[in-house]
Amino acid sequence: MTTVAVKPATMAQALTRALRDAMAADPSVHVMGEDVGTLGGVFRVTDGLAKEFGEDRCTDTPLAEAGILGTAVGMAMYGLRPVVEMQFDAFAYPAFEQLVSHVARMRNRTRGRMPLPITIRVPYGGGIGGVEHHSDSSEAFYMATPGLHVVTPATVADAYGLLRAAIASDDPVVFLEPKRLYWSKDTWNPDRPTDVEPIGRAAVRRPGRSASLLTYGPSVQVCMEAAEAARAEGWDLEVVDLRSLVPFDDETVCASVRRTGRAVVVHESGSFGGPGGEIAARVTERCFHHLEAPVLRVAGFDLPYPPPMLERHHLPGVDRILDAVARLQWEAEG
Amino acid sequence: MTVMEQRGAYKPAPPPAWQPRTDPEPLLPDAEPYRVLGTEAAAKADPELLRRLYAQLVRGRRYNTQATALTKQGRLAVYPSSTGQEACEVAAALALEDRDWLFPSYRDTLAVVARGVDPVEALTLLRGDWHTGYDPYEHRVAPLSTPLATQLPHAVGLAHAARLKGDDVVALALVGDGGTSEGDFHEALNFAAVWQAPVVFLVQNNGFAISVPLAKQTAAPSLAHKAVGYGMPGRLVDGNDAAAVHEVLSDAVRRARTGGGPTLVEAVTYRIDAHTNADDATRYRGDAEVQAWRDHDPIQLLERELTGRGLLDEAAVQAARDDAEAMAADLRERMNRDPELDPMDLFAHVYAEPTPQLREQRALLRAELEAEQEGGHR
Ligand SMILES: Cc1ncc(C[n+]2csc(CCOP(=O)(O)OP(=O)(O)O)c2C)c(N)n1
Ligand SMILES: [Mg+2]
Repeated sequence: MTTVAVKPATMAQALTRALRDAMAADPSVHVMGEDVGTLGGVFRVTDGLAKEFGEDRCTDTPLAEAGILGTAVGMAMYGLRPVVEMQFDAFAYPAFEQLVSHVARMRNRTRGRMPLPITIRVPYGGGIGGVEHHSDSSEAFYMATPGLHVVTPATVADAYGLLRAAIASDDPVVFLEPKRLYWSKDTWNPDRPTDVEPIGRAAVRRPGRSASLLTYGPSVQVCMEAAEAARAEGWDLEVVDLRSLVPFDDETVCASVRRTGRAVVVHESGSFGGPGGEIAARVTERCFHHLEAPVLRVAGFDLPYPPPMLERHHLPGVDRILDAVARLQWEAEG
Repeated sequence: MTVMEQRGAYKPAPPPAWQPRTDPEPLLPDAEPYRVLGTEAAAKADPELLRRLYAQLVRGRRYNTQATALTKQGRLAVYPSSTGQEACEVAAALALEDRDWLFPSYRDTLAVVARGVDPVEALTLLRGDWHTGYDPYEHRVAPLSTPLATQLPHAVGLAHAARLKGDDVVALALVGDGGTSEGDFHEALNFAAVWQAPVVFLVQNNGFAISVPLAKQTAAPSLAHKAVGYGMPGRLVDGNDAAAVHEVLSDAVRRARTGGGPTLVEAVTYRIDAHTNADDATRYRGDAEVQAWRDHDPIQLLERELTGRGLLDEAAVQAARDDAEAMAADLRERMNRDPELDPMDLFAHVYAEPTPQLREQRALLRAELEAEQEGGHR
């Protein structure tokens, strides 16, 4: 048995490695976006790619998100596999028409003849002290657009595995990168080729018996902390990391809720019209008779993302999660 | 030294040298739309090409009238006619090589058909049985679809990809005058010029975006002038002169193919019919204006040139009309058959593999269909 060196790496490094490995494995993979070349991206995720693969493979584009995604569509039509970087969540909005009207529809429109294997990387979420337009959680828009896959990692290993899977996918994937986890570290073995994760499978991050915290992306870590803190209250919480919002892993989620009988959905995105409503509805439709209490949501408030000095009041934190858990009708067990 | 003396001593350094990035002069369009028919340039045009253009124009006009008739019979949901614009439609298709790509706007069914796409398959979007009825890769024609100007960046990306792969492929993208106001027009032209992508943009300036005239769309001297701002040449051409449009487009395609980068061509033409069969053009324009353009008809212009020079006899005119009639009869006959629909197709192509959620919904529809089959209605 060979021992492998397992070193601490950041999520940003794992993403860079995924891009590099994908580009090395497949010459049709092209990275494009604002500042992704010489600078290596504002978060340095594309660091070194232009140098290693040349500017034709890792391209600084003009500053125009619709143009970036629109030209990526044409490149994909011609057999390339573009990986587009949107600089920030709220700056992906100019590309929405291309995304909704073409990227998401082209396969269906052409009866499968013209698939678009495009990966759209979007740094998202708050908690980094970003000024307005630098902290949005826009996943509900993407989830509401049929034809897209929507994926978000919460661990360093998943950042690598899911990004490789996204790039390999023949369908467009919106790959949401939790900004505040870019510098999170984890022991991770970058040399294990089996790291590519299938898209569409949730992962139980922490098994528990009392209630299920259903969450994803930046909120997974918060839920893990909440679960730790909940032990003092006598609750043994299960944390389910959804990883993929589309397709949605009803199976893993429902198995968890059937085990625990209680569920709280946790995300930064607002609750009204947000992902939590869909998730709560799915759980209720499928696991109604296993539920001891209504499915609750702990989400960002329904307001434009707050200024950084106030964001801690907006983001779902450990206390708000535990308060929700406390409301799961435990008295009924009596 | 006093402050005033210090000031007097201050000699600002000149700023670093500035110069224009490119000389704008050669990029400027001509003052007048370029014409071939009825001018000395016509003598240089290839008679065989002119005859081909003529036959296609006649066919195209007939296609428009037939498709419009099909809307009245309920066989098409809607049809945006390009009557009056056939020269642009046909010349665009004929200026391309087989390996090149055409990116049509929603009005350009004629160009799509002239490129070889089956006339019925080109109409499925407007009939409503499927969005894109043809295989885009068979004739290298991007899907017809309605969001304006969004096809332009696709053309740029495809042309760029072809060049990266070392392929000798040009993309020709069509857009209307109204579409030039969209942001995607700007972004596409900018990307094309920065990347020096082998792409040609053809704006059919037909005077209107539904009801809105060009004056409310732009304050530019001409749409062709917009090219200069991107650092590419702008060309202005009479859009009803098939020989001129073909020549200008062919030059631009050649330029793109040989590494010269993109070109913006504005073809000045006119939409003779209403915006679509559902539109009432009398609400925003008068008969006199329409008549003036009818008198500058693309088919008559070419026919006059060809017959005047003895390049087209009665028999050839009749042959073109017969061919158009045969096409129309075939179109009519095939469009009068109900298309075959399989509702399960709704789920077949959303993703490479349907998601678990779509599989559930597919099962629901299948059950509904089976209940329908059994005649059972609750
Ligand atoms: C993005 C978008 N906005 C609005 C429309 C509705 N619409 C369809 S055609 C049209 C006018 C287009 O004018 P122009 O670009 O000049 O093309 P033409 O119809 O003259 O061929 C409009 C507003 C649309 N299809 N797409
Ligand atoms: Mg118009």
